Amino acid sequence: MLDTGSGFWSPLWWIAALGAAGLVVLIIRARGRSDYQKGTEQVKPFLSGQPEVEKQHVRASNVYWGFLEALKGYYRPLVQSHTGLINDYTTWFLGVLVLVGVLILGMGG
Amino acid sequence: MNGLFQHAPVLPVVIPLLAAFATPLVAKLGKTVRRTWVTTALVGTFAAVCLLLWRVLDSGIQVYVLGGKSSTLVLPSGMAFPVRILFEVDAISAFMAFSGSLVAVAVGLYSIHFLRESSALEKHDVLLLLLVAGMLGMELTGDAFNFFVFLEVASVASFALIAYQRKRPESIEAAFKYMVISTVGALFVLLAVGFLYGRYDALNFAALASWMELTTADKLALVLLVASLAMKSGAVPMHMWVPDAYGEAPASVTALLVSVSQASLYGLFRVVFTLYGLEMNVLVVGWIIIALGLLSMFVGVTMALRQHDIKRLMAYHAVSQSGYMFLGLGVGLAVLGDPVAFGAYGMKAMEGGIFHIINHAMYKGLLFLTAGAIFLRTGTEDLNEMGGLGHKMTFTTVCFIIGAAAISGLPPFNGFASKLLIYESVYLFNPILAIIAMVVSILTLASFVKVFQSAFLGPKPEGPQPIREVPVFMQVGMGVLAVVVVLFGLFPGAVLDYLVHPAAQALVNRAGYIVQVIGGGM
Repeated sequence: MLDTGSGFWSPLWWIAALGAAGLVVLIIRARGRSDYQKGTEQVKPFLSGQPEVEKQHVRASNVYWGFLEALKGYYRPLVQSHTGLINDYTTWFLGVLVLVGVLILGMGG
Repeated sequence: MNGLFQHAPVLPVVIPLLAAFATPLVAKLGKTVRRTWVTTALVGTFAAVCLLLWRVLDSGIQVYVLGGKSSTLVLPSGMAFPVRILFEVDAISAFMAFSGSLVAVAVGLYSIHFLRESSALEKHDVLLLLLVAGMLGMELTGDAFNFFVFLEVASVASFALIAYQRKRPESIEAAFKYMVISTVGALFVLLAVGFLYGRYDALNFAALASWMELTTADKLALVLLVASLAMKSGAVPMHMWVPDAYGEAPASVTALLVSVSQASLYGLFRVVFTLYGLEMNVLVVGWIIIALGLLSMFVGVTMALRQHDIKRLMAYHAVSQSGYMFLGLGVGLAVLGDPVAFGAYGMKAMEGGIFHIINHAMYKGLLFLTAGAIFLRTGTEDLNEMGGLGHKMTFTTVCFIIGAAAISGLPPFNGFASKLLIYESVYLFNPILAIIAMVVSILTLASFVKVFQSAFLGPKPEGPQPIREVPVFMQVGMGVLAVVVVLFGLFPGAVLDYLVHPAAQALVNRAGYIVQVIGGGM
């Protein structure tokens, strides 16, 4: 049991609850259609007329394409700032050092 | 046995250090003897840390004097403050050492097979042991200059290990870049130590803390230490060396580099909580750390989302996860001067941040080891060229799922427990910060779903070499960390009570640290 300050978290209770929910699912499944036949055409998903392609795999670079495209404005400067140049790495470090200095020395740190 | 107890604080550094220098000699006896030697040294180091942890939790701070007539003589006759190097091990030091040495054991087991085909294994083992000695030295020492020395020991070992695959120009470049930025940071740490020594004629943390007056020189030292150690921890925008270094080092080394970076994080928290504490403006410094944490969380995860090199992706997540630690401890620091707020949520925020440190070391170490397993079998780190590994690499797949679920904060794994503590406590401080932290967790999950889909799902891989599971020692290395991730997730209350809470108390109890080390006689 983990006391979070505002409540608690018990993983063992959570697993027990998950097990109980799983049991309910199994009971509902057992009361399902009796004409279900495994391994026949009826179990195949309907793919809107798309012929079944067994060896299809979406490449990593294509995953979340829409997300990255929608946030192009955010990503462009972010990626540009990751130049890979050690001069820039050092400049960022010195910039933060100066900023931290201004805040601590200037604001009575 | 009493002798063992007496020397417990120094054993975790002595064992890997001596083992490192003896390794070239032992290597003359053959590969098997060398590997057994290195693994035994790492297990011995972990055992010594466990003994030390038990001593600290049982009897309080353990102090060890190096180079004196007696290892317990902190203040020799006539001395007003410690003049020798002291190891000062409180609960947070022992906690960090426990986390790092446990990862080192897993890495040691994993490395038995992982790097079997490569050359210069003897040098690798020497450097690995030096890296462990440097990391543990940073966490156990109570001397500011000695901290710098161990920082350098760990850094130099890191440079060489990052460049280990020396036929790859990218590895040499990554090591060079890390060497430059790390050396600049270490020089600033040395400069800060110089400021403090010039002001107080002392280097001992407890002595410095008891005399701290926050003069301009002290403030300058604080600025240098905060910025340098945050950079060494990989905080945004000083994080750019992280994907280079983590991406190019062998996966087993990268798993340990995560813990080495955390030693710098520990140094930062030791400085702000113990060395300066309420003498400084905790609200300003706390918000600086919170800001670094927010930037690290968000920039790290969004950069990770667009990566297709598995190790660079995981490296950006390491940056992102460090943000949670900055956030939790930053909130704790910001309200340190307000007893009501600190009691209401500050302590819980600190506990969440500290709990996340050990959780991150475990699951990120595990994830990097799975990345190494994938590389060993596919010969690539490019996710675009992977797929279907789950068909043949079942154990690695299960380990990856455990690590990915933990880093994404899914119940019942360990990452969920620490993140929950951070969310709830930080929400009471500022709801916006907690919401950002939750959004970052969702993006983390999205990113690891992408990795899982790309590497493990899909049709069976077809290539000249048939894909099969990795050798047994690599599985054992991953298995150790996976078991810890699951156990810490299932029993978070026990971890909090026995490890995390004492560590948080140790950070907060500045006066107790000073009194227990030097008896309050300053």
